[in-house]
Amino acid sequence: MADAPPLEIHDLTVAYHKKPVLWGVDLVVPPGKLVGIVGPNGAGKSTLIKAAMGLLPVSSGWVKVFGEPVAKNLRRVGYVPQRESVDWDFPVSVMDVVLMGRYGKLGLLKRPTKADHDTARECLDKVKMLPYANRQISNLSGGQQQRVFLARALAQESDLYLMDEPFSGVDAATESAIIALLHELRADGKTLLVVHHDLPTARNYFDMLLLLNMRVVAFGPTEEVFNYETLQKTYGGRLTILSEVAEAVRVKG
Amino acid sequence: MGFLVATACGLVGNYLILRRMALVGDAISHSILPGIAVAFLLSGSRGSLPMFIGALVAGAVTTVLIEVIHKKSRVKQDAAIGIAFTSLFAVGVILISLFASKVDLDQECVLYGEIAFIPLESSVELAGLKLGPPSVVRMAVVTLVVALLVGLFYKELLVSSFDPALSFSLGINSTFVHYALMAMLSVVVVSAFEAVGAILVIAMLILPGATATLLSNRFPVMLGLTVLHAALSAVLGLHLGVWLNCSLAAAMVVAATFLFVLAWIFSPEEGLLSRVFKDRSGAVEPRCESAGSSE
Repeated sequence: MADAPPLEIHDLTVAYHKKPVLWGVDLVVPPGKLVGIVGPNGAGKSTLIKAAMGLLPVSSGWVKVFGEPVAKNLRRVGYVPQRESVDWDFPVSVMDVVLMGRYGKLGLLKRPTKADHDTARECLDKVKMLPYANRQISNLSGGQQQRVFLARALAQESDLYLMDEPFSGVDAATESAIIALLHELRADGKTLLVVHHDLPTARNYFDMLLLLNMRVVAFGPTEEVFNYETLQKTYGGRLTILSEVAEAVRVKG
Repeated sequence: MGFLVATACGLVGNYLILRRMALVGDAISHSILPGIAVAFLLSGSRGSLPMFIGALVAGAVTTVLIEVIHKKSRVKQDAAIGIAFTSLFAVGVILISLFASKVDLDQECVLYGEIAFIPLESSVELAGLKLGPPSVVRMAVVTLVVALLVGLFYKELLVSSFDPALSFSLGINSTFVHYALMAMLSVVVVSAFEAVGAILVIAMLILPGATATLLSNRFPVMLGLTVLHAALSAVLGLHLGVWLNCSLAAAMVVAATFLFVLAWIFSPEEGLLSRVFKDRSGAVEPRCESAGSSE
């Protein structure tokens, strides 16, 4: 059991309204890696993460988390949804949102204890949001909202983290803060899958890359997969992106 | 009684507003009519148990129907709600006028209710204590149960309303929470509408929560304000109704709306007055501190 990979996906196909979005995805993610998921718009990056969580019905295939079906091991998975997926006018404070990360560990009918509050405070401190603990969440900037989401994921104390575009719409300071945090989590032996849309930075941020365009185009250590050929296969003939890719490859060379 | 109705409705209504489902409350309050009619026809009595069951079933059918229309066709959710509740309501009206017209299940009462007649009912006595008219006792029990459930399942309701995906990943089934909330709504509506009628129930579902939303951005405070709003509108409504000698239920809603408008104008943060004031002093909303949050 201890040797079971954090995330194993076999022949996963997901369809929306009978149109397949993901086709026969096979994937075994080794532990302790920071994995970036990149691909063009509509490649199924978010879909892959949601399907891995069991949030979407799958047409075929299966997902195992630490050797068990994902439903059984949900507690070991931390999910960071896209920032836009929730209503930020919701009447809760930053602290309330981070405490939600603890709910899974509490049973039914139990309220968060002092220890939960302490953990939540520590997590907020890690993302440098502690001074904002009592703020109402609608008074936060995009970067701050993202950090609150990360703090909440930290509070879940999971072993595998699935993050959907944590860098989307954040300022440079937040981006580097998030990266530092991801590295810290990796150092603690956690496994992280991060949907990312910026190719040039993807190469520097991640240990491994999953190039996705409905199918898995390539998956492996960043230095092996990040080359012109696989990127072209992933992004197809989109000229604007191709020039960006060319630039990225040249910088590498 | 008015207070009980407003409290129970308001507490449930808070969640409806936060989940952007205020219209679902509207829909269910109408579509329980066929449920009640069928329950009445099957059981032949106007007892509260068959009514509750009928309302629960109708509430569930409405919820499922809205989901099915919304998900399995290209019709959007608001239109799906419109289809589901009007058709069910129409079925209810037909059923009543066909089979129950001779009995005292008149549509006037279903639509408008009459809170003033309640004291005329004979009191329920329990262990020698006079507890009050049966509908008040029933409403009190329902209100108590709702308050208890909201208290006990506070965090489940909160997280599944705020972020269904997270709640799933925490092992809290938001679909189940959704249906549980709808069931609660149906029970509240059926026990309330006898007093205030199917239409005014909607006001009681939405107004307390909406007023609380304007006044606070802390959820527990909002729930407290909801109860306060319920109490105030019940008392004010009673006085207004007696003073004008009109329908007490309507007076209650007018009072509740009046409170809402007050909150709208005078709310410390979002109120119209404080906005005017802020504009004059030239204050800028400090919404984004660290810049660069553009997409």
